[in-house]
Amino acid sequence: MLLIGYLMLFDIDYDVYHEGGDYIEFWLKPAVVALGVPLYRQLETIKKQLLPILVAELAGCLLGIVSVVVTAELFGATRDVIVSLAPKAVTTPIAMEVSNAMGGITPLTAAVVVCTGIFGNLAGFKIAQLSRVKSPIASGLSVGTASHAVGTAAAMNRSQRWGAFSSLGLTLNGLFTAIIAPPLLTLLGYTP
Amino acid sequence: MVLQCSVIFGFLAIGELIVYLTKVPIPSSIIGMILLTCSLKVGLIKEEWVDRLADFLIKNLGFFFVPAGVGLMKCFGIIKAQWLPIVMATIVSTVIIIAVTGWFHQFVRHTVRPSRHG
Repeated sequence: MLLIGYLMLFDIDYDVYHEGGDYIEFWLKPAVVALGVPLYRQLETIKKQLLPILVAELAGCLLGIVSVVVTAELFGATRDVIVSLAPKAVTTPIAMEVSNAMGGITPLTAAVVVCTGIFGNLAGFKIAQLSRVKSPIASGLSVGTASHAVGTAAAMNRSQRWGAFSSLGLTLNGLFTAIIAPPLLTLLGYTP
Repeated sequence: MVLQCSVIFGFLAIGELIVYLTKVPIPSSIIGMILLTCSLKVGLIKEEWVDRLADFLIKNLGFFFVPAGVGLMKCFGIIKAQWLPIVMATIVSTVIIIAVTGWFHQFVRHTVRPSRHG
């Protein structure tokens, strides 16, 4: 945000900035590949509760994407905006990759992902509490699923246990969204 | 570090190749990530070969999307024109995801193993 102000203040052209920014962005893809390591480390935990976790993640991912699309459509968003919003619950590199693959507006996706994270961080556990999601595993998992790494930070503040399941939620939803979102949006008729 | 880099970029390259050949609409990095997890699991790759670079990359995950966030400059117009659907979709779906994921997890867990509570 500061950087945006700086660039605007001195009237630096975005493309000029982007030449340097490309060197940083280059690392996004390898960083997503690297997420495979914590996923491997959590394989044992996943195995123990495989069924409840998978069912919950699948439901959260599917209804999450559908609810974004339906709400955006109801309030009159255009097709490219809807496509950009669809993967907004998952961690930025994955969301951007998915948005990019579907022909969305990647910068818009990145911005909405960050806002979703902040919202989940501040209100996530309150929402879980109000909707009677009680167990640490279920609430950690759901906050991570809905608001990725930024929400996970809030879970880590509560305890390691909440944090561990929150990061599991963000990893699994990232994975599911990457696999489900593109064909789902094609099915709904938003992408060719 | 050379080994760590070559493993990560190797899996990314395999992901790119698979996307190029099969035209699946899944990001190459995600395919690389799944293959890396599987390779670690079956012991094809040892965790020591990738752990330091992986931990470094994940720790700095936030930094790598700064350029993308700045790209926000390019879409001020769209956000201004469609802020209501964007804000509503974000709030509504975040609430739905948290409730639905939590409910399903609790429900399935208690149905399958009613004796244990988390």
